[in-house]
Amino acid sequence: MKILVFIKQVPDTINVRIDPKTGNLDRTGLKGVINPFDNNALEAALKIKEETGAAITVVSMGPPQTEESLRIALAMGCDEAVILCAKELGGADTLATGYTLASAVKKIGDYDLLLFGRHAVDADTGQCGPIVAEFLNLPQITFATSIKVEENHVICERDFDDYIQKVKVKLPAVVTVCAEINEPRYPSPLGIMKAMKKPLITWTHEDMGCDTERIGKNGSPSIVREIFEPEHTQKDTIMFSGETDEIAKSIVDLLEQQHLI
Amino acid sequence: MDKSLYKGIWIFAEQKEGILNGTPLELLAKAIELKKINGDEITALLLGNHVEPLADTLISYGADQVIVIDHPVLKEYKTIPYTEATVKMIKKYKPSIFLFGATTIGRDLAPRIMARLGTGLTADCLDLKLEKDGTLVQTKPSYGGNIMCTITIPDHRPQMSTVRPKVFTAIHAEPGRTGKIVLENIDVTEDESTQVLSVSPKETNGEPIDKAEIIVAGGRGIKAKEELALLEELAKLIGGRVAVSRPLVDEKWMTHEDQIGQSGNTVKARFILNIGISGAVQYIVGMQNSDCIVTINKNPTADIFHISSYGAVADYSELLPAIITEIKKRK
Repeated sequence: MKILVFIKQVPDTINVRIDPKTGNLDRTGLKGVINPFDNNALEAALKIKEETGAAITVVSMGPPQTEESLRIALAMGCDEAVILCAKELGGADTLATGYTLASAVKKIGDYDLLLFGRHAVDADTGQCGPIVAEFLNLPQITFATSIKVEENHVICERDFDDYIQKVKVKLPAVVTVCAEINEPRYPSPLGIMKAMKKPLITWTHEDMGCDTERIGKNGSPSIVREIFEPEHTQKDTIMFSGETDEIAKSIVDLLEQQHLI
Repeated sequence: MDKSLYKGIWIFAEQKEGILNGTPLELLAKAIELKKINGDEITALLLGNHVEPLADTLISYGADQVIVIDHPVLKEYKTIPYTEATVKMIKKYKPSIFLFGATTIGRDLAPRIMARLGTGLTADCLDLKLEKDGTLVQTKPSYGGNIMCTITIPDHRPQMSTVRPKVFTAIHAEPGRTGKIVLENIDVTEDESTQVLSVSPKETNGEPIDKAEIIVAGGRGIKAKEELALLEELAKLIGGRVAVSRPLVDEKWMTHEDQIGQSGNTVKARFILNIGISGAVQYIVGMQNSDCIVTINKNPTADIFHISSYGAVADYSELLPAIITEIKKRK
């Protein structure tokens, strides 16, 4: 069994600001980490590996420093890592990213299960899993909250808004996972040592035979016109003050006005 | 691509077990606003089995046309047949804009369709504006709502978006409003690779949080899990339910189903009481459309006061028992 896990390196905090001088995201002091939901995808793969002896390849598209996150994934227990890295791949929207990831999967060739986090915490789209599934013509299960591999099937419970849906899908398949699915492990010191010797390969768009019209900015139908910090409408807040009992009375008066009691 | 061939505003009329969830009606409300700019017709695409009766509802909420594909294969939502049916309709009718709710189904289906068509899809939109030349300007949050982006899809059609539920408000229905209902008889291939084994309602603490009208919400300031009982008691007295911000889900005191915020649920309550919640941007985005927002916090500079209608600087562990006593006294 062969599992591919797709990870994205994201800033270690989502509390980011816009640099008023440049109008761009202020990246000073931001450290790169594995997208939190992708850690859940890695953990899901590692659990299946423990049960079935599956081999895990971890794949990421990004700038050269993405290697740091891939090394961590190797230290957690993945077997090999592939970084998809070339300046031509930059500026990609989800369609171009999905095409590039699918090209990598085709080059890898053999695979049974493709795992993604439900979304990345920086761009907040959650589209790459389904897009890759579409390009490879595979079935998909999104928002999985449990996962089990049984012979040539994967069985998941998934978050289906007000419902839990239990789905069984034939492998090969794409699954995107929620945080509830597991507690991701940390790499052990031994794992970190072993990771240094594991293969970490770099592929460019040329290595994967990508159509240059479909990658990076060229291959992206979506354009970011503007980024800004949200303004929250400031309300004229009425503050209740006084002793605890007086505040309580004011709040209960309000509850009465609102017909809640 | 000849963009002039693409016309019309489409919405995906999501239904489960023959019931429209709220989002198609919210999408129709937004579509009505967009229609004012260029007069484009509004079409609702309705997929399912024995769902035709829902078409009139969609018309009464603003659809000019409802395209219905009624097929046994579409009875239960499955990604691949729904993709196939929707793509066939897009290729036939060529809409300029296609809106989906950012629900599980919308987020599962829309990217698949977008990839098959090779167009753009903006996720989880909070606002949409239409420019005279037909360009849809989509505003979406990034970094959990700390940053907003406006995104356009200038040279591809349809321009696709998923729209966050509870951001737009459905119009009042206009019973008897007339519109066109088109029944499309097409082949839809069963997806043999996927089997739905079961669908069961989630166990939650009462009603689903996004439908709650009255909410008592707790956050990081709650000192111990046992103290949630105070919130529960108050919620019960005012006919509401308890919700939490992310820190208490991280502590595992409550579940993701009870969480308000970016990766959780968006609420639009009639009344919400925030207790010990400082107001991280994800939380504020998740509840700021509520009608009456009341905040109790020890810290007078907490951000959440800015978006509250009423506030009190107080220690909840003293104030809540006093409120509970006062309510009981008056009942």
